[in-house]
Amino acid sequence: MTDTLIVLALLAVAACATGAVLTPDPARQAVVLSVLGLSLALLFTVLQAPDVALSQLGVGTAVTPLLILLTVRKVRRSPRRGGDQEPGA
Amino acid sequence: MSRRVRLLLLAGAGLVIAVVFAAGCAELPPFGSPDHPYGERAVAAALARHTANVVSSVNFDQRAFDTLGEESILFASVLGTVIVLRPARDEDRQEPEPARVLPSTRLFGALLLPVTLLTGGYLVAHGQLSPGGGFQGGVVLATGLHLAYVAADYLALRQVRPLAVLDVADALAAGAFSVLGLVGLVAGAAFLSNTLPLGTFNTLSSGGLVPVINAVVGVEVASGVIVLLAQFLDQAVEVVDR
Repeated sequence: MTDTLIVLALLAVAACATGAVLTPDPARQAVVLSVLGLSLALLFTVLQAPDVALSQLGVGTAVTPLLILLTVRKVRRSPRRGGDQEPGA
Repeated sequence: MSRRVRLLLLAGAGLVIAVVFAAGCAELPPFGSPDHPYGERAVAAALARHTANVVSSVNFDQRAFDTLGEESILFASVLGTVIVLRPARDEDRQEPEPARVLPSTRLFGALLLPVTLLTGGYLVAHGQLSPGGGFQGGVVLATGLHLAYVAADYLALRQVRPLAVLDVADALAAGAFSVLGLVGLVAGAAFLSNTLPLGTFNTLSSGGLVPVINAVVGVEVASGVIVLLAQFLDQAVEVVDR
């Protein structure tokens, strides 16, 4: 039973990680990264490491995607210098 | 460096890592075996110091010096972000406008904000007893506070986020970790060794130095993450080019 759960959690992590790599748009990637963080937290819980799972849940699912989303918003709001060099980019 | 050289370098480095990793894994005990040489010693040491959560005992007692390094890394990265993301000379601050929010979203935030803050506080306070601790609880406290931004707007978040206080709290808590290490030196033992009274096993005050360092780390992580997110939020919401 536990082995089945571990295999399922590992498969979910592999699927989400591949999905995160294959997502080109950074804003969408942040959301996939958040789901990856959630599946990693599940994996750590199944492996009986609730302390690590809690850290992963906070940092990987909430803080990191939020930092990426805020950075994307800032970069899109001010297309200076980069925009000067490449008009139309 | 040409593309060819870079690919060759990548292949070479990958090969070295694959060989060393495989050799390292070959010596590991099999997955899920009942034999845990490190675990048994860590559990025995944690129980001897009256700390119910073995992970906290490892983090804040047996390997407290490692945690001091990690906390310093967090503090340094928050400090670096504050310096790098400060408004530059060619940038202005624009007052954020009140945002329209659905009443249901506002209700959701108002109900959940105290619940998440309580959860974070619980995780920090019970770090020496149950899964969780200063780091996990601190992150929950910091992210929970941002429900004010999600469920209301940036003006509401600024009201519940005393940044000037949190800046100082972050620095004081980071320094307090090192100062707490001196307690061991004063008692005639090593830096960061657990020399405080150990208390009754499985009570809030048990574990000697563990709950004290745990609380200090909770303050540092909570205020550090809030300050870190504040720099990013300021840049995304308030700071505009001149």
